[in-house]
Amino acid sequence: MIQIENLQKEFTIHHLNKTLHAVRDISFTVEKGSFLGIVGKSGSGKSTILKSIYGTYIPKSGAIYYDSETLGKINLVTASPREILHLRKYEIGYVSQFLSVMPRTTALELVEQALLETGVSYEKAHEEAIDTLKHFDLDESLWNNYPNYFSGGEKLRLNIARAVVKKPRLLLLDEPTASLDNASKLKVRESIEKLKHQGTTLIGIFHDLEFMDGLCDEVFTMRKAVVNAYEA
Amino acid sequence: MHVEQPILQIKNLSKQYGAGCSNCLQPNARLEKNFCPVCKTVFACKDVSIDLYRGEILGIVGESGSGKSTLMKSLYFDEEVTSGEGYLEDFHNGSLNIFTQSGQQKRYIRNALLGMVYQNPMLGLKMSFSSISNIAEKQIAAGSRHVGNMVNRSNELLNQVNIPLKRSKEPPKNFSGGMQQRVQIAKALSSNPPILLLDEVTTGLDLSVQASVLDLIKTIQRELQISMIVVSHDLAVIRMLADRTIVMLNGQIIEQGLTDQILEDPQHAYTQQLVYSLL
Ligand SMILES: Nc1ncnc2c1ncn2[C@@H]1O[C@H](COP(=O)(O)OP(=O)(O)OP(=O)(O)O)[C@@H](O)[C@H]1O
Ligand SMILES: Nc1ncnc2c1ncn2[C@@H]1O[C@H](COP(=O)(O)OP(=O)(O)O)[C@@H](O)[C@H]1O
Ligand SMILES: [Mg+2]
Ligand SMILES: [Mg+2]
Ligand SMILES: [Zn+2]
Repeated sequence: MIQIENLQKEFTIHHLNKTLHAVRDISFTVEKGSFLGIVGKSGSGKSTILKSIYGTYIPKSGAIYYDSETLGKINLVTASPREILHLRKYEIGYVSQFLSVMPRTTALELVEQALLETGVSYEKAHEEAIDTLKHFDLDESLWNNYPNYFSGGEKLRLNIARAVVKKPRLLLLDEPTASLDNASKLKVRESIEKLKHQGTTLIGIFHDLEFMDGLCDEVFTMRKAVVNAYEA
Repeated sequence: MHVEQPILQIKNLSKQYGAGCSNCLQPNARLEKNFCPVCKTVFACKDVSIDLYRGEILGIVGESGSGKSTLMKSLYFDEEVTSGEGYLEDFHNGSLNIFTQSGQQKRYIRNALLGMVYQNPMLGLKMSFSSISNIAEKQIAAGSRHVGNMVNRSNELLNQVNIPLKRSKEPPKNFSGGMQQRVQIAKALSSNPPILLLDEVTTGLDLSVQASVLDLIKTIQRELQISMIVVSHDLAVIRMLADRTIVMLNGQIIEQGLTDQILEDPQHAYTQQLVYSLL
């Protein structure tokens, strides 16, 4: 499903005239329907890999082949922004620790909108949004509230709900459970298992090794790129 | 994937103020920013090429004077381009350059196929005419003749932009800045154009008013699946609205890409300065 070949990512800060090697020569493969966990020290480039897959970062070299349902086999490193947007809409989800909210959009609307943009009817979007919010135990009294005022854990659960509701083919998880209590973590785990069951391919970064235990089919350990420091 | 056709395609649009001279009309001209020190010609837009797709919001950022408004005004025929081509899918299937059309054709494109919202509501509205007649004006220009239909449509639009109907007969000069922008948006939408141009529409408004106008824009885009070009120097506006973003400097496009890519992994030195607030 995903095949990463010799991926390299550098960040060049022009005004400092410096370059940081964030990821050096990474290769791995993720089979369809499996879950790859990525572990490694802080700063070792885990998030950089996920963001490169999602199209947020532009790798310096290497390839990320993705078997798209609609676009066929596509190299995400060279795909056009329009193609990436298409994949984000229909196939690839991304969840980080941070929830980006729209002003004056309620929790329920936020989850509904994720579905509406893929073209499903309002009725169906509404129904599935409610199911998903229920699954993540987001209190019903919060559904019609603005998430700006939610607690950290509530925001996180909403964030995951919004990605999961679309049943993405590929889901990228960047420490989405970082500040969740155990009950919430369990819910996330349950829902990941369910997605896996439905055939979703997952790549996830988790601090919590216990959480990954039994969930991941494979674990990829990142070592800090041999020289991971800004070089002049 | 099917090859996607842009709804609007701009090729090498240039706009200069002044005739140019032997210094600035050669390939390696010595310019101060966009300005020729010898003959004082301003190169407000230089070889700007843009594809806009159906249903997307394209953001344009850049510092003051980078040519954003010139580009929008050129597209809306407020200014005549110096050179360049423009094609609209909804105008002869994109086979004719819109910039070389007759005045009558240009008026048709402007009124029926485009909507414009200016930063300064005075440019977009007749401030002492009723709001409803401001909206009807564009419908008439686009060919509407039936008064009842126009009134219904105007009321529907005012409702959509959250202007109380009982105030529809009041002139925009009675309204707050946020309300004036709402009336401009209603007017721009009144002929159901497939493309909306928005130039700094929230600049100068209070933060909470800004948020409600941005929210309105997002809602309209979602519900009408209209394509938009949103110009702003405010990256927060771009982050919230735009799918893709173009960065302009001295009349030229220096970088473009996914909005989150531009904001999180800017490639060009100038974009980095813009994003890291080093300017
Ligand atoms: N009518 C004109 N005559 C001469 N120069 C002009 C004219 N209109 C614009 N310019 C120049 O063209 C350049 C681009 O101006 P423009 O208004 O497009 O900038 P902008 O990117 O919209 O800036 P801002 O963010 O301040 O609105 C500027 O250098 C400006 O001074
Ligand atoms: N947008 C960015 N701009 C500049 N440097 C970055 C950016 N994102 C990550 N980095 C750098 O790349 C390295 C890897 O970071 P990251 O992938 O976030 O690590 P991890 O997720 O493993 O903690 C770090 O040194 C980090 O500072
Ligand atoms: Mg990280
Ligand atoms: Mg301007
Ligand atoms: Zn000159």
